[in-house]
Amino acid sequence: MGTYLIRRIAQIVPTLLFVSILIFGLQQLLPGDPAKVLAGEEQDPAVIAHLRETMHLDEPFPIRYLYWLRGVLHGDLGESLRMQQPVRALIADKLPVTIELACIAIVIALAIGIPAGVISAVRRGTGWDYGANVVALWGLSTPNFWLGIMLILLFSVTLGWLPASGYVSPREDWRANLAAMIMPAFVLGNAIAAVLMRHTRSAMLQVLSSDYVRTARAKGVKERDVVLKHALRNALIPIITLGALEFGTLLSGAVLTEQVFTIPGFGKLIVDAVFNRDYAVVQGVVLFTATAYILLNLIADVAYAIVNPRIRVH
Amino acid sequence: MDQRIRCFLTAVACLLAAGASAQTLRIGLAEDPDVLDPTLARSFVGRIVFASLCDKLFDIDDKLNIVPQLASGYEWSADNKALTIKLRQGVTFHDGEKMDAAAVKYSLERHKTMAGSNRRGELAPLASVDVVDPATVRLNLSAPFSPLLAQLADRAGMIVSPKAAEAAGDKFGAKPVCAGPFRFVERVAQDRIVLERYANYWDKDAVHFDRVVFLPIPDPTVRLANLRSGQLDFVERLAASDVPQVKSDARFKLTKITEIGYQGITINVGKSDLAQKNPLGRDPRVREALELALDRDGIVQVAMDGEADPGNQWVAPSNAFYAKSSPIPRRNVERAKALLKEAGVANPSFTLMTATTGDAQRIAQVVQAMAREAGFDVKIQSTEFATSLDMADKGQFEAYVLAWSGRADPDGNIFSFDACKQPLNYAGYCKPEVDDLLKRSRTTLDLAERRKLYADIAAIVLKDRPIVYLYHRHWLWAYTGKLDGVQAIPDGLVRVKGARFK
Repeated sequence: MGTYLIRRIAQIVPTLLFVSILIFGLQQLLPGDPAKVLAGEEQDPAVIAHLRETMHLDEPFPIRYLYWLRGVLHGDLGESLRMQQPVRALIADKLPVTIELACIAIVIALAIGIPAGVISAVRRGTGWDYGANVVALWGLSTPNFWLGIMLILLFSVTLGWLPASGYVSPREDWRANLAAMIMPAFVLGNAIAAVLMRHTRSAMLQVLSSDYVRTARAKGVKERDVVLKHALRNALIPIITLGALEFGTLLSGAVLTEQVFTIPGFGKLIVDAVFNRDYAVVQGVVLFTATAYILLNLIADVAYAIVNPRIRVH
Repeated sequence: MDQRIRCFLTAVACLLAAGASAQTLRIGLAEDPDVLDPTLARSFVGRIVFASLCDKLFDIDDKLNIVPQLASGYEWSADNKALTIKLRQGVTFHDGEKMDAAAVKYSLERHKTMAGSNRRGELAPLASVDVVDPATVRLNLSAPFSPLLAQLADRAGMIVSPKAAEAAGDKFGAKPVCAGPFRFVERVAQDRIVLERYANYWDKDAVHFDRVVFLPIPDPTVRLANLRSGQLDFVERLAASDVPQVKSDARFKLTKITEIGYQGITINVGKSDLAQKNPLGRDPRVREALELALDRDGIVQVAMDGEADPGNQWVAPSNAFYAKSSPIPRRNVERAKALLKEAGVANPSFTLMTATTGDAQRIAQVVQAMAREAGFDVKIQSTEFATSLDMADKGQFEAYVLAWSGRADPDGNIFSFDACKQPLNYAGYCKPEVDDLLKRSRTTLDLAERRKLYADIAAIVLKDRPIVYLYHRHWLWAYTGKLDGVQAIPDGLVRVKGARFK
């Protein structure tokens, strides 16, 4: 087990190095001169020259990469030139917001998707089934930003129940936090609920027609228990995997929703940074995300290895 | 009965709401400001925050006159090369330090010398600053410079606390200390900027709010929704298409101000080889034909829902420096066709680059349709803003829809655009006689003479057309009907001082 772990960790180092080159290189392919964007309206040549120097823009690509890498290895992701804040602090500020948003969204998605999937499988071919399908199709095909604006118009402007946009930290006021998060989380969760509903439905249909369910029914088990205890449990396995996968997409999918609801999260941070050519922020955020994915994968692999000894040998 | 109860409850609710929020003004901004250091700042939206945070030596009024703010008076020397400024007495910075001549000298020198300063160009002719006495400074110039007062009425005239600036160095923007009506409390990047009333402000009777909170909300629909749902008291840069909605709602007020900037089409007439390869860049007759093909009223109606003043110069027709001798040309498609025939290109083709913002794209489409009637074949190239800026600077364009937010002095709207080799001269325009006139307009302080010089410049530049000016947008502000005393100053900056809830 020990050697397996060491081997897996050793593999991470070249992977991360490759990823860092990729991030840095792709960024250079972006058209536009970051110094000119950051120089603002006046485009003062002295300011542009100063910015170029600060960002090492006049140095060749490999040198710039090494400058950056040296900082990263010292735990310094650089500083946002636009906001004059360390990238590390920005990430620490924004990440919890997006994680909270994604968590609420996934809860909403599960709460809607799984019951809807179960109902439409059990009541297959009835109005319930068609109704759930129509709702799912609607959820899948509605653009996030449009739904967001419609919800704002309904719940904030017309009814006045929820704040139209913005963010309050849960430490400040958890009720206000929830009020601010519920609409964006619903918008995000809605699309995933549709996916989950479709998958739950087909998994349930498959399980419901299997032999052990027939046996359970033949034993005289109540239909409610057949569905919830026997069928759903087995059908849930692929759904949980799917939910976990969707959670990853949620973190990146939050980009548009955060823009509409002005949630100061990870998505908004990276979009603003790209448009303002705030290189240090883009690099830092992407590197952080990539590292997080790689580490999560490592944890999953190790977990598999613990569960299944055959993996350790190969 | 039911009706009466409802009326009563509404009244109580209103009173409660008013009581709870009477002291705080919440303003929705169209963008998140950049760094809040007057020396380094570069965005328009940042200037809105500065208007409450940092007082300047001078300010402008609704007629664009220069009025004293931290200054109490000024005097030019006989040769116009020295400006003596008397300072207001008893003014302190937010950290309690005295605002005196030494602080002014420190701030102006900081603007001039700090690495990365965006003010250096604005104060270029400023050679040195003398402290005459604690309440008087003298600014010595290398040459007479008429736009100086206007520069000192903007960020270049903001005075910061020397003690705080020395201590913070280049991190001053994280916690700016100035002498404005409100002091800095906190900033959460991309979320909010909070200011609170400065108790020892020199003009404290004009300040009626305890707190000002700026919330950047980029989407105009969401910004307005926040106003309508009561989360905001004020939104700047309302979308033109939302004006009827706000007007029809008795709960809100609307203020319209004609901007000091402009929207126009910059034409590559000499920035790169492309200029000579295209009839539009090569031949002034083709550019004249393009302008004659355009109906500015139509463009304003379609692209801006009527929320702009048509114009043909770098200042609006209502501006004191507008050259009346060069009025807006009327649309004349026949004359445009004749000019194209004369130039030997009946169907000239060019690419019109636009940023991806809504109004720039609409302008391009209207221009395309109007120009087609005269025989032009216009190809629209939508380009993300940062990329378009770089392409413009490298001369990789034929025509470019580009706006300018404007400066109080006309010099700020034309010098950098039309003088040879200036940073904003994307057209690549360079004519010694225009250069000479522009330089002369900078050295004379006489208003009538400056007007005459600008009329002479207009006569040449508007024929050469490095920029075809189209219109001057309206700054559109929507705010709660409870708010009174909102000053409409053409620079489009929201001044909280003087405003109050009824």
